[in-house]
Amino acid sequence: MKYLLLALLAGTPFYGIGNYPLHLVIMCLLWGYVYTSWSIMGRLGLVSFGHGSFLGIGAYSVVMLWNHFGVSPWIGAVVGVVLSAVVAVIIGFPCFRFKIVGHYFALVTLALSEVTRLIIVALRDQTGGSLGATPNTALAQGNAWSFGALQFSDKIVWFYAILAVWLAGLWVWAKVDRGMTRLALEAISHEEEAAASIGINVTRSKLFVTLISAVMTSIGGALYAQYQLYINPETVSGISISLQMVFGVIAGGMYVMLGPTVGAVFTLLLAEGLRLALGDAFKQFPALDLAIYGLMLVLFIIHMPKGILGTAQEAWGRASRPH
Amino acid sequence: MEIFDIFLLEAVLNGILLGGLLALLSLGLNLIFGVIDVVWICYAEMIMIGMYAVYTLHVQYHWPLLAAMAAGIASVALLGALMHQFVIRPVLSAEPINQLLVTGGVLFFLQAAATLAFGIEFKNLGVKLPPVAIGEMSFSFPRIIAFAVAVAGVAATYLFLTRSYLGTAIRAISQDREIMPLMGVSPGRIFVATSALGGALAGLSGCLLVLQYDIHPAIGLSFGPITFLICVLGGLGNMLGGLIAAFIFAQFISVGGFVFAIEWGYVIAFVFFIAVMFWRPQGILGGK
Amino acid sequence: MLALTDVCAGYGSFQALFGVSLEVKAGESVAVIGPNGAGKTTLLRAISKLIALTAGEVTMQGRSLKHVPAHEVIACGISQVPENRRLFARLTVEENLKMGAFLPAARKKFAERREFVYSLFPRMQERRAQLAGTLSGGEQQMCAIGRALMSGPKLLLLDEPSAGLAPVIVQSIMQMVKRICAEGYTVLIVEQNIRQVLKVVDRAYLLETGRIKSSGASAELLASDEIRKAYLGM
Repeated sequence: MKYLLLALLAGTPFYGIGNYPLHLVIMCLLWGYVYTSWSIMGRLGLVSFGHGSFLGIGAYSVVMLWNHFGVSPWIGAVVGVVLSAVVAVIIGFPCFRFKIVGHYFALVTLALSEVTRLIIVALRDQTGGSLGATPNTALAQGNAWSFGALQFSDKIVWFYAILAVWLAGLWVWAKVDRGMTRLALEAISHEEEAAASIGINVTRSKLFVTLISAVMTSIGGALYAQYQLYINPETVSGISISLQMVFGVIAGGMYVMLGPTVGAVFTLLLAEGLRLALGDAFKQFPALDLAIYGLMLVLFIIHMPKGILGTAQEAWGRASRPH
Repeated sequence: MEIFDIFLLEAVLNGILLGGLLALLSLGLNLIFGVIDVVWICYAEMIMIGMYAVYTLHVQYHWPLLAAMAAGIASVALLGALMHQFVIRPVLSAEPINQLLVTGGVLFFLQAAATLAFGIEFKNLGVKLPPVAIGEMSFSFPRIIAFAVAVAGVAATYLFLTRSYLGTAIRAISQDREIMPLMGVSPGRIFVATSALGGALAGLSGCLLVLQYDIHPAIGLSFGPITFLICVLGGLGNMLGGLIAAFIFAQFISVGGFVFAIEWGYVIAFVFFIAVMFWRPQGILGGK
Repeated sequence: MLALTDVCAGYGSFQALFGVSLEVKAGESVAVIGPNGAGKTTLLRAISKLIALTAGEVTMQGRSLKHVPAHEVIACGISQVPENRRLFARLTVEENLKMGAFLPAARKKFAERREFVYSLFPRMQERRAQLAGTLSGGEQQMCAIGRALMSGPKLLLLDEPSAGLAPVIVQSIMQMVKRICAEGYTVLIVEQNIRQVLKVVDRAYLLETGRIKSSGASAELLASDEIRKAYLGM
């Protein structure tokens, strides 16, 4: 069943659905991967509002190194990963070491994503500031693709690349889920003292999970930059994108493997749906979709706190176990 | 070098003026957190609404400035009470992450509502006050007013919390919520009152900011994060700690912004913040 | 003044009270005694509406408290000194008293009643600007009783006033209770320290596993074999 669905998904480019729907599918997978990365730490009680920072670091490392120094995005992505890891440790270590949890952790990480945005804006001579940046194209002379520059004009290539990354993300999620670390961290998120007393190194376990999550998010940022070929500080860093990630995961369901992906599909379809549904009104009132989005976010959290997939599973569980 | 020094002194003094304003900004957020245990991520957006309210009444409806400001404060106070009643109350027993996120939804909504109503152009009151010159230094007059009013606002809040019955109940409820009914106090009503007070402080902050800055739907993002950092640095819910942290941060922003660029002031403040977290993770005045 | 008829209450699926009926007449001092876990605290919490009744009724001066929300019980003249005193530790003694006088009607009489509390407990006047969390156990109990008196109650509920206090302090607390009764307050007190409390109250009910086992005048109960064997170790 699982593999059948996967095969169906893998065949997407050959259903003749056209470029735009394929683009949507790719975006769903890409954001699904990023949200999954977030949930690896989020589900363990480490609620980070700072993932916009890692996304931004990944995206800007790749584009800046390529544009200014001609460094291949492959190496740029590695640099982004290393930078993200360093930032994750610098923020994570004091937080975990000194048990900064809950609201404190959320606010500190929220400030982190905003500071990352500010740094990108402040370096406007290099980054283009709020106007954003476009990677110099490597596809000038009729090249359909350049492996070294990680640029492909064919969406099908991107589809398979991002499908692979998404699957890898799910694999890591499952791995962490089954591994010792999860048991350890679940103990931590509920009863930190107790976890420490049975010999779990709380700080190290949390840091480990944070590193994985940050590194994966950074890779997501690099992919986003290369696929979209345009980035700006608002879309890859700052409060908005960080909140959007958390909302996506909550909407889908934080404690289920496919929850974050479902959340990505939901948020993306919601945004696109609003855009289509509002049509002309949208052109007239550019923020109408954001207003509805915010309102839905509020209603959603009040009425469906377990997320779509989480709620569905619960309903399924109730239905199959009649009293 | 002497010229540099005089400008540096000016930056330091400007930092003190900014500190008073930041203290007021963090006060409302701290108050709400201390009492209700929920952080309003959208707090800066409520300030933004206050700014637009003053702008609309004064510029579009030609109300006298002070009347517009009074109405602005009242409307944000009402917004705060509504916020509690319709957004926070349903999630009071939910997980903290959901409480944070729900206020994040309000952030999007308020930003979008402001864009819909006012567009993305910068607006300003068009009130131009001459700068105040002291020796070779010059200070913006609105900043001095903002500092004075902010300090008065903080003092008034302090008096309210220590002298009045309602204020005492607001402090008491954060210590023992469960027995409040034995005092004849309905916790729900105190929560609404606190939210309204927090909103009123946001409205007052808005009145002071609108004197100095242009209004923009995304303006909340330019001082929201710094407000969060101040509250955490001072120890969430610890109002005195918040005041001290506000003045420290203001120096970083003002002097850092003077030596480098304004964004770097924020970055330096954040780096300082991380450093302090290594040293005193519970905040500068936090207990335990 | 206060009457409970067939009161049942509990926490979630756990039932703590099974059809408790008792009565307190105006001017009386009545104790509910019994071992740990008998449901004594639950009883007072049910009267103050801090927990909901699952069955039965509470009436105060003939008026049912059924539809009175918790924060309005005090306006009916019932004031409670909760278990473990529950002072506001980071408020001063005087601010704690102020919280006791939160009701609009009580605010007007704040100064007058505060003087009364200070005359009752002169120690509180000395400590009025001190944070309540820094008081000794006995002083905290004085402060908690004072806070409960600030609303000018007709009926004072005391929940284990001697809990956690040294024996010599317990004696003085009981003397305080006696004085409060002498001032004309109607008192319902819940206590584990049976021998001490029976010396100061007029009547008592014995509560065991959520049911009233026996009742009677203090002297009668002190003399009864049931109490002497089970609780006084004689």
